[in-house]
Amino acid sequence: MSMIKASSGPAPKTAADVLTRGLWHENPVLVQTLGLCSALAVTNAVANSIAMGLATTFVLVGSAIIVSLLRKIIPHQIRITTYILIIATFLAIADMTLEAVVPDVHKAMGPYIALIITNCIVLGRQEAFASRQPVPLAMLDALGNGLGFTIALLMMGIPREVLGNGTFLGLHVMPHSFEPWVVMMLPPGGFFMIGLLLLGANWRDLRRQTRARIEHEIAADTPVPIRSEEPEVAVV
Amino acid sequence: MKDLFWTFISAAIVTNFILVYFLGLCPVIGVTNKSETGVRLGLATTFVMVLASLAAWVLNTFVLAAAPFLRVIAFVVAIASIVQIVELFVKKTSPSLYRELGIFLPLIASNSQVLGMTIFQTNRGYTLLQGLMFAVGGGLGITAVLSLVGGIRERADFAPIPAIARGPALVFMIAATLSLAFMGFAGMGAS
Repeated sequence: MSMIKASSGPAPKTAADVLTRGLWHENPVLVQTLGLCSALAVTNAVANSIAMGLATTFVLVGSAIIVSLLRKIIPHQIRITTYILIIATFLAIADMTLEAVVPDVHKAMGPYIALIITNCIVLGRQEAFASRQPVPLAMLDALGNGLGFTIALLMMGIPREVLGNGTFLGLHVMPHSFEPWVVMMLPPGGFFMIGLLLLGANWRDLRRQTRARIEHEIAADTPVPIRSEEPEVAVV
Repeated sequence: MKDLFWTFISAAIVTNFILVYFLGLCPVIGVTNKSETGVRLGLATTFVMVLASLAAWVLNTFVLAAAPFLRVIAFVVAIASIVQIVELFVKKTSPSLYRELGIFLPLIASNSQVLGMTIFQTNRGYTLLQGLMFAVGGGLGITAVLSLVGGIRERADFAPIPAIARGPALVFMIAATLSLAFMGFAGMGAS
């Protein structure tokens, strides 16, 4: 369902397009709703969100380079298995690096690092982009999608930590009289947060559609009734 | 015996795979249009999970002690093979069931629930019997949530929901409410 939405967009024209579309307009989490397991599980603290985002970006970029290099050699029938093996290799590197550099964060993230391998974003980019494009483009695309994933994680992680614990990266930012909303740190908070973000994304889409329709009507030189800024959700 | 019972209950309800561990959210969005499909997929997942739990135990005991860094790769390959075998088996013995399950069966291979279950089982050092209980409990918990979300969505189809809340956003709001309800079980049997 979501994959169709992603592939129906216009093809990117320049290298800058390739890099930036994953960041926002085709954001893997907010627009394509991919990779949600890790997105929800680790975002109860900002530090975990950053670590997960960067680890995923590393795995994405590394495997995209290798897949793109080998794209003429990998037989079509066993390509998915090959991609998974390549991804698993980079995952092992990321896992051990995190364990050595930030052991606390690694421990807090628990099994979810290993679960990067089932993150649809990583496999999806190999299949949809890296296996058909030259190395530099594949790298930019992977970087854009990885950073887009990180941005989405932070959009969830920052409100969840600030409201749920009154801290930001472990530092107190809320006044002492603030009573932490513990539910934001618990699993329901994750579901609420992604629900709110998707509502926001829907609202943006609807507003854009309404605006395009008005412009179309103006272009067709038909009288347009005066509208308020708010989209008419019920009509669409 | 009591220990095994609590492993089962905690996997199914207290730490529900979907609502508390966030594993396998794609099927929650994808296949919960109807309650019945959810139940069917949940049961298929349970079956694969039991086999995967067995395979993970064998791998852990006999192979991976020598090379722990190969754990994730080994599990992924094992799960993919199990799903492939189950698919062939079902196709051969019961074509009607095969048609009913359709695309869902192969998709279980790329599902984080099964891999997550094997990793949890390893990290917590479960015995063979505990692992099997964990797998059955987790699978039935998944089935319960898929059918619950499916049931709620069936009702929501007839409700006047604004266009802005259509699609995944609504599913996540439903999941959030359910998750909040399941929080009520937290701490049960923790002794």
